[in-house]
Amino acid sequence: MSDSPADEGREIEPADTSTLEPYEDPGLAPHAYRLTDTDPKAAKRAERQVAALFGLSALGTIGLIVAFVAFSPLDTINIGFTTTSASNFFLGLSLGVAMLGIGFAAIHWAKKLMPDVEIVHERHPLASSAEAKADALAQFEVGTDESGFGRRSLIRRSMIGALALLPLPAIVLLRDLGPLPGDDLTRTNWQQGMRLLTDPTLRPIKATELEIGQLVNGLPASFAEIPEAEGTQRQVARARDAIIVVRIAVDELQPPPKQADWGVAGILAYSKICTHAGCPISLYERTTHHLLCPCHQSTFQLNEGGRVIFGPAARPLPQLAIATDADGYLVAKLPHGFQEPVGPSFFERGGRS
Amino acid sequence: MSAVVKAATVPVEFVDDRITASNWLRRNLRKVFPDHWSFMLGEIALYSFIVLLLSGTFLTLWFKPSMTEVVYNGSFAPLKGIPMSEAYASTLNLSFDVRGGLLMRQIHHWSALLFVAAMSVHMMRVFFTGAFRKPRELNWIIGATLLLIGLLEGFAGYSLPDDLLSGTGLRIAQGIVLAIPVVGSYLSYFLFGGAFPGDIFISRLYTVHVLLIPAIILALVTAHLMLIWYQKHTQWPGPGRTNRNVVGYPLFPVYTAKAGGFFFMVFGVCALMSAFIQINPIWLYGPYNPSQVSAGSQPDWYIGWLDGMMRLMPALETTIGSYTISWNILVPALVVPGLITMPWILYPFIEQFITGDKREHHLLERPRNQPTRTGLGAMGLSFYGLVWLGGGNDFVATLFQIPINTITWFLRFAVILVPPLMFVLTKRVCIGLQRRDRDRILHGRETGIIKRLPNGEFIEVHEPITPLEAWELTAHDRQVPLELGPAEDDNGVPAPGRRKDRIRARLSHWYYQDAIQKPTKAEVAQSHSHAAELEAAEDSDQLTGTPD
Repeated sequence: MSDSPADEGREIEPADTSTLEPYEDPGLAPHAYRLTDTDPKAAKRAERQVAALFGLSALGTIGLIVAFVAFSPLDTINIGFTTTSASNFFLGLSLGVAMLGIGFAAIHWAKKLMPDVEIVHERHPLASSAEAKADALAQFEVGTDESGFGRRSLIRRSMIGALALLPLPAIVLLRDLGPLPGDDLTRTNWQQGMRLLTDPTLRPIKATELEIGQLVNGLPASFAEIPEAEGTQRQVARARDAIIVVRIAVDELQPPPKQADWGVAGILAYSKICTHAGCPISLYERTTHHLLCPCHQSTFQLNEGGRVIFGPAARPLPQLAIATDADGYLVAKLPHGFQEPVGPSFFERGGRS
Repeated sequence: MSAVVKAATVPVEFVDDRITASNWLRRNLRKVFPDHWSFMLGEIALYSFIVLLLSGTFLTLWFKPSMTEVVYNGSFAPLKGIPMSEAYASTLNLSFDVRGGLLMRQIHHWSALLFVAAMSVHMMRVFFTGAFRKPRELNWIIGATLLLIGLLEGFAGYSLPDDLLSGTGLRIAQGIVLAIPVVGSYLSYFLFGGAFPGDIFISRLYTVHVLLIPAIILALVTAHLMLIWYQKHTQWPGPGRTNRNVVGYPLFPVYTAKAGGFFFMVFGVCALMSAFIQINPIWLYGPYNPSQVSAGSQPDWYIGWLDGMMRLMPALETTIGSYTISWNILVPALVVPGLITMPWILYPFIEQFITGDKREHHLLERPRNQPTRTGLGAMGLSFYGLVWLGGGNDFVATLFQIPINTITWFLRFAVILVPPLMFVLTKRVCIGLQRRDRDRILHGRETGIIKRLPNGEFIEVHEPITPLEAWELTAHDRQVPLELGPAEDDNGVPAPGRRKDRIRARLSHWYYQDAIQKPTKAEVAQSHSHAAELEAAEDSDQLTGTPD
């Protein structure tokens, strides 16, 4: 208890400086009367203004009904700086007038016509009296004593134990929110020999069709086999399988040794999903071979194995090794397509490849 | 008895017979609230929240929180025949087929931006004027919690329409969840019901956005208002205004009209903004496609600071065995926000520990009169501002034609170097202003009248300030650092908690160092007698007219 004498003075406190105060409170400043207090004409004028504002609000409300009937959501109107939905414009304008009319009226009324003489109320200390505190504590003690909470340790412990276990159902019942990730994050739908398709036209890509400097968005051939109706499956596939295919002049390539033969005549395929937070990357600068993520500006050097040259991404873009099949179309070259998990890092993604 | 009162009698009687209402009404109808423009900032937050509830309810009547894929066949021709989620299609439907739907969508979005902005500015007001001091620490914590879950609620709403921007935002959120050590991938699979984006997240998020979080906000707002009501509002110091009274206008009728009218004004401004300024035109972005993104992807303004930190963080990742720890995500998305929010939420208690001040405070402080607090606030705000700027580094780059890498590198250093600088600078400015106040009290107002003395000397005539102003300028507390008492009491018993006291005294000296004290009674008296002497000397000079 903090009010026992033994504990007093334990807390160091700021010194009392009240005697140094230079001035005495002069008391409330004399009241200044408004024009509407002294001049009945001004008061009458204010009254008319308030009424006019309420009237304006009523006009706004009627205007809203008119606008609702008069305009279809597809009608447009030019409002000077832009062309916009006429329905939206007139509904918003009239609603705004309806609301602001009431708002200005009420505030004008309060400021001009309601008394502005300041009222003084005393504050009361927020803490209860020592007596009330002691009484509350005593009652609590009676209750504790009557329940035997302190004495009956068996009840106390079993109750605490039961209550401590109770959150478990909440956790257990939420288990079916989703499947365990397993190795799902490490897999894509790419397989050895699978053709690269263009996105969104889903045509196979012939190596000879790509020109130097060109960038094509791609998906695996498996994507074309997902039925149109399976929207979710298509979205999930896009989120992990999306690639970009670029063609860079062969003499500008400086791939890491491991990835030296992962391209076809300067054509390289990379995962489109940023290794930072998973945004699909799209901004390609053909002269510098930079690929920039618009979300957080991670920049990857595509002629050097996709290494990070700027921004928060910590890992190179995973490269998809490609080759050509008998018909000259680009296909994934290695088993399982990508040789490492694509997309943002996660705890168990495995060591650096 | 007027007709109005007569009409009120029956319902009041009815209620009173059941819950003793008159007892409460008698005490509260004329409850006094002090007046100051800055007190309406919290009101804006409250009213924009009500606007959010109203417009949001309207939206729920048409919005379908479903990721089931449909082929769009509504009125907006450019997207006809395109497969998209029901969530996106129903948002298009709201915008192009429901009359007033677009208006309500825009009102909802604008008032959401306003809600968070008003809470933020209100919080700054409370911070810089010391309104959070005892007995209002709990309300500070409630307010901070409201602001934080306001951000969450905003982000949830932003993510619902399932357009390209909102889907990209969710993808980043999922990337952040994945980065959480040990449980990240599990959490992600539970949240999204499997692999991203799955088919269930929007309907889950919908419940969170329209039920769970609004209920929490409503409960906290209620508690916030009840505490304000019970503890009575703070007031600015001034003549007749003390720590023991509250001076202002009565709830009924003045504040009923003013605050009630202000609600309509906030609603009206949201409506006008929605009429004139387009916001979140989701039909331009297209449906979410995890393999597409548009350049210049930006979150709503209040998420900008988090996004900015994500952008500024250098590429740090640690691999331990086959496990990866993504510092490049954990630090900006979880560690730094935690390090910032904890001291911010607990600030009332931190300051109380440092100053040892356990008195009740109902008078507000001018920011200059607490230079260290004001400096700390400026430090926090400058950090926030810089990382927020980082969130728009692509925008800044295109606007000012500066390479984005330069901006990012500049900000990486600036976020560390500028805040301490701002602390020192702000503190110095405060101290300068305190000096000026002190000067004004002791030497009065500069009249601009130059007087030539008989001895040829020029002086500017100073005039004493009014008693009202003198009182206002000296109404704040004198700032006295804690002094460490003797190590032992008179009986040679060592003082308990000595270590804590020592830390405290040191912190308190740091906190108050360099602050300019308002003059004491003696100083004021001395200064005035000095002025009188001067005047007397002058007068006698003039009388005798003897040149020196």
